[in-house]
Amino acid sequence: MRFALATGLALGLMLSAPALAANGDQYPLNTPPGGWSFEGPLGTYNRADLQHGFQVYKEVCSACHSLNRVAFHTLDEPGGPEFTEPQAKAIAAGYKLPADPNDKGETVDDKGQPLMRPGILADHFPAPFPNEQAARANNGGALPPDLSLIVKARVGGPNYVYSILTGFHQTPPAGFKVTDGKYFNPYFIGWNISMPPPLADHQVTFVDGAPNAIADEAKAVVTFLSWTSEPHLEDRHRIGVGVMIFLIVLSGLLYLSYRRVWKDAH
Amino acid sequence: MSGPSTYVPQTGLTRWLDSRLPLVRFAHDTMLTFPTPRNLNFWYAFGAILTFCLTVQIVTGIVLAMHFDPSAAVGSVPGSSVAFDSVENIMREVNYGWLLRYVHANGASMFFLAVYIHMFRGLYYGSYKAPREILWILGVIIYLLMVMTAFMGYVLPWGQMSFWAATVITNLFSSLDQVTGGIKAGSHIATWLWGGFAVGDATLNRFFSLHYLLPFVIAGVVGLHIWALHVPGNNNPLGIDVKGPQDTVPFHPYYTVKDGFYVALFTVLFAFLVFFAPDFVGNPDNYVPANPLVTPADIVPEWYLLPFYAMLRSIPQKLIGVLVLGGAIVTLAFIPWLDSSKVRSNRFRPLMKQFFWVFVVDCILLGYLGAQQADAVKFGIPLVWVARLATAYYYGFFWVIMPVIGLIETPKPLPDSIAKSVLGTAPAE
Repeated sequence: MRFALATGLALGLMLSAPALAANGDQYPLNTPPGGWSFEGPLGTYNRADLQHGFQVYKEVCSACHSLNRVAFHTLDEPGGPEFTEPQAKAIAAGYKLPADPNDKGETVDDKGQPLMRPGILADHFPAPFPNEQAARANNGGALPPDLSLIVKARVGGPNYVYSILTGFHQTPPAGFKVTDGKYFNPYFIGWNISMPPPLADHQVTFVDGAPNAIADEAKAVVTFLSWTSEPHLEDRHRIGVGVMIFLIVLSGLLYLSYRRVWKDAH
Repeated sequence: MSGPSTYVPQTGLTRWLDSRLPLVRFAHDTMLTFPTPRNLNFWYAFGAILTFCLTVQIVTGIVLAMHFDPSAAVGSVPGSSVAFDSVENIMREVNYGWLLRYVHANGASMFFLAVYIHMFRGLYYGSYKAPREILWILGVIIYLLMVMTAFMGYVLPWGQMSFWAATVITNLFSSLDQVTGGIKAGSHIATWLWGGFAVGDATLNRFFSLHYLLPFVIAGVVGLHIWALHVPGNNNPLGIDVKGPQDTVPFHPYYTVKDGFYVALFTVLFAFLVFFAPDFVGNPDNYVPANPLVTPADIVPEWYLLPFYAMLRSIPQKLIGVLVLGGAIVTLAFIPWLDSSKVRSNRFRPLMKQFFWVFVVDCILLGYLGAQQADAVKFGIPLVWVARLATAYYYGFFWVIMPVIGLIETPKPLPDSIAKSVLGTAPAE
């Protein structure tokens, strides 16, 4: 009873924290049918979604968006897409990264191009543009954000990113003027987004022939980006269940000890 | 401390030690036989819970500091900093780094949750009244140190909210310019705090240094706090003095096991946050690297500072707002002399009890208001006016209600003794 009171007070205090601010009531955020596989205390990432999502990132998003914080070696680790090690090595080798100076101290080849080498597992995903200015110059002045942490860095998390990806092709409300060179997306702050609609039905063909409507592609890539934001979620959930069981048993034993010790005291 | 020591060294080594440095005797007297009122309830467990929190923060903090790099220099990731990158490295590459960081970050919230309950408990049972004034003031000092430590800790990951919170809070000092004329003393203080002309690398470095130092200062003041507790002994829910051995039980095993049980229950809530909702109390903006050129739409502090933030924002004049903010904490130190009642515990103060619960609601309301936009309107009422009224009640509770109620209230009759109240009748001993 007293503990319930304290817990209630705790939650009351904590709920007064932000996190509730949304982007207007007119366009509530969407959740994919069936929800997210990784939600809830026992949630795990759907492995197929992770692998499909990686493919969507590689074939679509990576044209403009970096994934700077993600190392290739995480692709074959437990709790992630769980590609095999040869698959992860092949993915890494598919990217070219700046090489160290060669034995003659040269950093460019005969044609003046920078020396490059294939990626290895220890490398991170290389960015599509060499610097912020280049990224802006190629995107009408807008800077495509790095996606490594995008799900944790937005209010609404996976629902926000999913709503953005599936939120194009809607008719703006009467009187709303879409800025030239921008696109209407009611889930984006200000409703004018610089990103063109990135996904189309059947744009990405999954190797296992899985459905690939916009909603499927979006769900897959948001699952993948949730993993890049929180790569140890499965560890956390698994360990958390064990810790909770341990602590509840410990509390129970301490409660019995407490009753026993105090039995004769009052 | 209270009463003569009952420790009798049993071995040659402990006898030798006891006549040179009686460490074992000290531990025996303070942690085992210390006479503790036999009627302490759940709300008295928060002293032990807070000790647990401080230990958790120091232990996780020391390990995190081994992996953290307090530099605002551009990191390996474009648009980020070495500090932000090192936190992400902890989250991704360091073995169980995610666990350490989530425990430390949520540990701050749990620490404040516990300290607020501990403070409200002290208010309710009159634990600040003579002879425990110094005990209470040491507690206020600990709380102030906690606020400073938590604020500087929040800055370290060098996310957007870190950077802008540091900017907003350090800029509060510049409000002093309004009264120091051409000297601009406030701006000079801000520059001195920053170690530059804006929040930057020097600021991050010194905040890290102080964030590492202050917890040990807190630990020291906690030592004084416990010393000051052990001289008069615990207050208790009845608020009456201990009259003899029949009113007390030895701290061990009675309160070691009772506190132990409640600490374990507390860790259940703590672990739930860490493992299943680790970002619940966090702000998504702090996963965006600090950018001095982009101000976030809403700059909000962590939940435990929201009541003070609401007070600050409710005052249109900046300097007065800052004084109201600081005064809200300083006021706490005067409570022992603001309360004019002869009776400690609100159990026997029918009038004060009601004002107390309104005060609790007032603090939660201020917290809610601090999380809302400054110009928000609910049910046709501008929230800034609600915040002004709530701030007025906060001050009024201490400076008007406390002195006045004590004079006009007729307290209920106090029980003769703790033993009589707990056992129905005093035992024969």
